[in-house]
Amino acid sequence: MSNPQIEIQLIAAIVAMACAIPGVFLVLRKMALISDAISHAILPGIVIGFFITQDLNSPLLILLAAFTGVITVVLVEFIQKTGLVKEDTAIGLVFPVLFSIGVILIAKNANDVHLDVDAVLLGELAFAPFDRLMLGGSDWGPKSLWVMGSILMITISLLLLFFKELKVTTFDAGLSSVLGISPVVMHYGLMSVSSITVVGAFDAVGAILVVALMIAPAATAYLLTEDLKKMIWLSLLFGVFSAISGYWVANILDASISGSIATTLGVIFLAVYLFAPKKGLISVLYRQKQQRIEVSLITFLLHLNRHEEESERHINHLQEHINWQAVRARTVLDLAVKNNLVEIENDIVFLTEKGLAFTEKSLEYIINNKDEKIEPMKEDFFLFRG
Amino acid sequence: MQEYFNLLWTDYTLRTITLGTAVLGAICGMLGSFAVLRKESLLGDAISHAALPGIALAFLITGAKDSGTLLLGALVSGLIGTFWIRGITSKTHLKSDTALGLILSIFFGFGMLLLTFIQKQPNANQAGLDKYLFGQAATLVESDVKLMITVTGISLFVMLLFWKEFKILLFDADYTKTLGFNTKFIDVLITFLIVLAIVLGLQTVGVVLMSAILLAPAAASRQWTNNLGTMVLLSALIGAFSGVFGTAISASQNNLSTGPVIVLVAGAFVLFSFIFSPKRGLLFREIRFRKNRTDLKLMKTLQFMYGIAQDHENISHPHAIRILNNFQGYTRDSLKKLEHEGWISIEGQQWAMTPKGYKQAQEMYNQQKNE
Repeated sequence: MSNPQIEIQLIAAIVAMACAIPGVFLVLRKMALISDAISHAILPGIVIGFFITQDLNSPLLILLAAFTGVITVVLVEFIQKTGLVKEDTAIGLVFPVLFSIGVILIAKNANDVHLDVDAVLLGELAFAPFDRLMLGGSDWGPKSLWVMGSILMITISLLLLFFKELKVTTFDAGLSSVLGISPVVMHYGLMSVSSITVVGAFDAVGAILVVALMIAPAATAYLLTEDLKKMIWLSLLFGVFSAISGYWVANILDASISGSIATTLGVIFLAVYLFAPKKGLISVLYRQKQQRIEVSLITFLLHLNRHEEESERHINHLQEHINWQAVRARTVLDLAVKNNLVEIENDIVFLTEKGLAFTEKSLEYIINNKDEKIEPMKEDFFLFRG
Repeated sequence: MQEYFNLLWTDYTLRTITLGTAVLGAICGMLGSFAVLRKESLLGDAISHAALPGIALAFLITGAKDSGTLLLGALVSGLIGTFWIRGITSKTHLKSDTALGLILSIFFGFGMLLLTFIQKQPNANQAGLDKYLFGQAATLVESDVKLMITVTGISLFVMLLFWKEFKILLFDADYTKTLGFNTKFIDVLITFLIVLAIVLGLQTVGVVLMSAILLAPAAASRQWTNNLGTMVLLSALIGAFSGVFGTAISASQNNLSTGPVIVLVAGAFVLFSFIFSPKRGLLFREIRFRKNRTDLKLMKTLQFMYGIAQDHENISHPHAIRILNNFQGYTRDSLKKLEHEGWISIEGQQWAMTPKGYKQAQEMYNQQKNE
């Protein structure tokens, strides 16, 4: 590994961490799309800042652009408050307009500005090591490493200082007001941190990847845990892992690093989305199928319980009466027999004692619809899990 | 101005682009109304980003560069993105904002990976693929515009055919189901049309700004009407006009790409509607608010006078204006207004209640009691 290679991976990993932390809270607060809006809307701020400072890594530019990000949030909230359009429409209106202003500003001053919309939107991590911080004639490493490093430090210290406050405002804004923690302050604090992170990171990884790095690790982690601390740790892990493996994929394909990191994030999300133990698609579908069978089983048992006459309890009658397909009727019957809920004599189905007790309990639950009726059943029987 | 119109008739490129952006604005405005009313405004943003890998893959597989093939790829990948978003929101506890942002950024990143990969291919003539990023209206040719017109025609036909179904699903999905309509089919049909409109616009305005073209006309026209038909028609008009006007502005200046200008024109429409719409607009809302406040003050003064007049046998017994001094709701203007309404008469430094004013105040009092 050459020196620039290590530096690129280091920058990617730090950007990933700096994005993952605010990302967790944005996802939990259902404000994930604000990161998308901010990442586009900072463009005019960057352009104007660039006119003034002539340096993409200057702290003044970062502050100016971050301020534009916060203004975007305020603007979205103002439009939302007028009640003229819904929140999502407000977001969808504000950021393209600001982005367009930025594009036009760049286009009109193309000769003086060494700034490219493609670069802002897509970033180029491969060039990051070439912009070096020179102090007193000595080389202190890439500038963006310093910029993102400081942003990460600030984010981490704010997180540690205000963890409790962030947690309570995120999950219960009402309670936090009662406790004397202002949700508004926390909200704008989070917005400011997100803006600064987006601005700091866009230069290295581009505006769109920032969105991916903020949302994807948090969303993936959210499918695996419901513990805030675990979620943050998992997001950091996913972010750093994708940053580094994404770099190597890009190296092999000779393609955009930021695109490859986003793709890696997507692959990880897809895997977790499909295979997560409780919240994954496969386990959700499996559970839904189970529940369908269980409901069928109860319907079947209730039917047996209701009818004394033999014709209603004949094994072939099931299909026509409850209107089930042959296969499904077979499955339900087998399940009932296997669990000793029913017996079959001469093709006539009888409830066993266990089956009778079970049916009565479920009847009681259906009539009362009270949870305490169902609690003991959960343990006795395989039904109603989940 | 005159010159521009002459140019519009004689210059082939300008005519093609203007026609293209007008048609695009119309179809986006039309279908955008449904997106906005379904509260799926940002779906457009996600779809347009999600279409990018489809374009790149279509190019990688077929090697073709004509917009028909590439847009077909975009359509497929946009639809995959849309249904994945649906899958995430319906099958997991992740909310729609997370799902949208996730799919948007990941698909876009994957698209970028493919695009940069294509660029590095030695034999590939990839020039022209990146126009889908920011859009280049200038690359529109007659066949593209023909495609747009055809698609718009088909969408219009489908929309009119299923108008009743679309409308009822929009406002009461549960009721639609109980009426026996196949809601899933109608839902997929609307979504498909919206994806189609977005994909169609990619070449002209690019993936980043596409959502605004979809939303802005609808958000603007929503302010002027509560009728779906009027809204769809109006937003199609606003969309078309934004397209034409934006093209004109960008053509008259150097270095102005069409997409951002169209977005700004449409944005100006939205701003204008937000402020000046007679029923919902902010300006008239403020005016109504102020008027209500003055009316309220006037009534308060009248009530106070009523209280005094009640104590006298002759209700029109004159009183000194002085006694109103302790009362805050009164000004010289409000007295004049009361006199203008015929509720009091003023002579010199004295006022007297008229029978009409007395009745007015009495009725107001009863009204309050009844409530």
